[in-house]
Amino acid sequence: MTAVRGRLEDRALAVMSAPGKGYLLVVGILCAIVAWGVYAYSVQFRDGLVVTGLRDRILWGFYMSNFVFVIGISYGGTLMSAVLRVTSADWRRPITRLAEMVAVIALCIGAIFPIIDIGRPDRFLNVFIYGRWQSPIIWDIIAIFTYLVFSFLYLFLLMIPDMAILRDRYAGGNSRWRHELYKFLAIGWNDSPRQKKLLGWSSMAMAIIIIPVAVSVHSVLAFVFSMTLREGWNSTILGPFFVAGAVYSGVAAIIIVTAVVRKAYHLEEFITKQHIVYLGYFLGALSLVMIYANVAEYLTVGYKLQGEAAFNLTQLTRGQLAPFFWFYIIGGLLLPGVIILIPWTRNVWGIVLASVLVVLAMGAERYYIIVSALRVPQMPYEASVYAPTWVEISVVVGSFALFGLLVAVFLKLFPIISIWEVAEQHEPPSEDQSESPLLVQRILGGGGS
Amino acid sequence: MNDSNNRDSRQAAQPQPSRTIGRRGLLRLLGVGALSIAPFAFASTAIRSALGGNQTRSMGEVARTPDGRIRQWAMVIDLRYCDGCQSVDRPPQCTAACIEGHFAPEPMEWIEVYEGDLPGGGSQFIPTPCQQCQNPPCVNVCPVAATFSTPEGTVLIDQDRCIGCRICMAACPYDRRFFNWADPPVPPEAHLAHYDPEHQVPARKGTVMKCDLCPDMGRAGVLPYCVQGCPNHAVYYGDLEEDIASNGKNVVSLSRFIAQNQAYNLKEDLGTKPRVYYIAGHGEAVGRDVFKKGRMPTRWPWERLVEGARKWKR
Repeated sequence: MTAVRGRLEDRALAVMSAPGKGYLLVVGILCAIVAWGVYAYSVQFRDGLVVTGLRDRILWGFYMSNFVFVIGISYGGTLMSAVLRVTSADWRRPITRLAEMVAVIALCIGAIFPIIDIGRPDRFLNVFIYGRWQSPIIWDIIAIFTYLVFSFLYLFLLMIPDMAILRDRYAGGNSRWRHELYKFLAIGWNDSPRQKKLLGWSSMAMAIIIIPVAVSVHSVLAFVFSMTLREGWNSTILGPFFVAGAVYSGVAAIIIVTAVVRKAYHLEEFITKQHIVYLGYFLGALSLVMIYANVAEYLTVGYKLQGEAAFNLTQLTRGQLAPFFWFYIIGGLLLPGVIILIPWTRNVWGIVLASVLVVLAMGAERYYIIVSALRVPQMPYEASVYAPTWVEISVVVGSFALFGLLVAVFLKLFPIISIWEVAEQHEPPSEDQSESPLLVQRILGGGGS
Repeated sequence: MNDSNNRDSRQAAQPQPSRTIGRRGLLRLLGVGALSIAPFAFASTAIRSALGGNQTRSMGEVARTPDGRIRQWAMVIDLRYCDGCQSVDRPPQCTAACIEGHFAPEPMEWIEVYEGDLPGGGSQFIPTPCQQCQNPPCVNVCPVAATFSTPEGTVLIDQDRCIGCRICMAACPYDRRFFNWADPPVPPEAHLAHYDPEHQVPARKGTVMKCDLCPDMGRAGVLPYCVQGCPNHAVYYGDLEEDIASNGKNVVSLSRFIAQNQAYNLKEDLGTKPRVYYIAGHGEAVGRDVFKKGRMPTRWPWERLVEGARKWKR
């Protein structure tokens, strides 16, 4: 065992040690917020959706916008990890576990929102009994379940060798249940070349498969909206637009979680400033994609200003939703790009600040996209006004706290840095090139040299 | 080059099949994976048959003309005769009759009288029921087939199946769907009614409702409440198949009436193919002054009976 590997195991496993005061305090606060959210939902369950700000005209709001937002974050996590793996970017190694964890937990949280949003949660199973393939909601459910399975598998697959390390560590009997847990999860891993080869192959195959799966999931999410005749949703670009926004917010969320975990558990040796800067470059490039997508969307619509588009663009740029719109454009697209562009703000603090801006702005964007389209009058009536009530805000904040809580639990149960992958990088390359680009070619059946 | 590579790998793979998985192996694996989801296509059918009953509830047999053709319910609204009930100085009477007949909870106006602007100034009143589209965006998007098209050309909702996701409301381009945001404020006698998608009484919490074009009344030979309620006889109800319609006073040949008066559909450009037709006008046939704006607000007659119930605005 090399010195690096020893330090790595110590550092990474120190995260999982008995919780300190700070940890317990954070978990306590998160539990309290989750409990408050559950109470707010119980009020809604008893009285009906009348306790929300939603009404017949603006019939979706804060719940649906956060559904899109949170699933988007999940999607960004998976995609980033998968893309970096497929392109064999070695710097990915210490951060992919984090990204995959964010993906799975965010997906679980996001999948709750549609059930919270429906008027008859008691009849939710009707979706499986009477489901129609023609409905975008059913596409959505299929997509989310598929993605859930894939991202769970992807996270689990790459944890197997680490589970074996933990199994062996806890073999001494100082924690019986942990030993049993990791033994179960390690599924007989013994570091044999054959296992390594299989893992290399299957993780690469998963990384390749999960990219189109994730893209389709978020496109289908957009289809729920773009299959309607509403101004602002009725657009062919909405699917790609949602996908781009999802990666953008997902990468930003991963930067934030990475920076927090790095700081809290002193993982600076393994997650270096360079990692954050690389992620920052990724974010900066995505901000350009987003700016391009927005120009494509709003220039083509605004130039012609057809019928309802005039109302929609006016309410976005000068009306009720202008604060959300301009915060998104300036604070969420331009400013983060500038922060990453200028060398002396391109440090950990600067990039984290840019990421916070991006996450907030994408939340605002999801909100105004949903509310603005529903606000455009369909018939001669006054446009409605919507604002989330305390119930909606409490439920959403509670679900974010649940996200934090699940992250906290994950940190204590599983190594947040992929020990075996980082160790592999520090060790001299072996004969077995399980992750060389050649493997991608072999899987895809392309002509190897 | 490519071929020889593959052949090599196949030969190498045969003695130890688990070592490498080539292109064929991968394709086989993907094929098995794809096949494994096939049962899901039949799962919902199996569950439905196990639960006994694929059908939504519906009241009667399909209505037929005397010679056996299925009736195609339709409505024509003659805007030349609609003055928003300004002349009788009351809230729109079509809406009022509909609310009383269906115990429609506040604030639902299944037939709502909108006031639209005229190009040359002034306004027109547009009574708007569900347009009963033949290419209904709402039916397309429903995840559980709670809203469905009938052979008679109407669009109905089964409130016993609706999960309240409201995507149909998002899909409707006419703002003609309503949601029960709480326990609906309806009088006690509504609960005595026999519920049916053709007669949505009583309203159910957390589900979507709308005008059903009263096929139960048409079948019984009675004109819908809104037609009966209109003091100016501006609303015609009838059957495209037998080609006949009535406003309670006159009987017209429906297709000829539509054609001769250049009737149109709302938002024709969307291609929803509504069954509700409009004849352009602004109440001129009943002497309405287009510059006299406004109509009386709709009222729910059982306001006193539902005091204390949780109500909501639109």
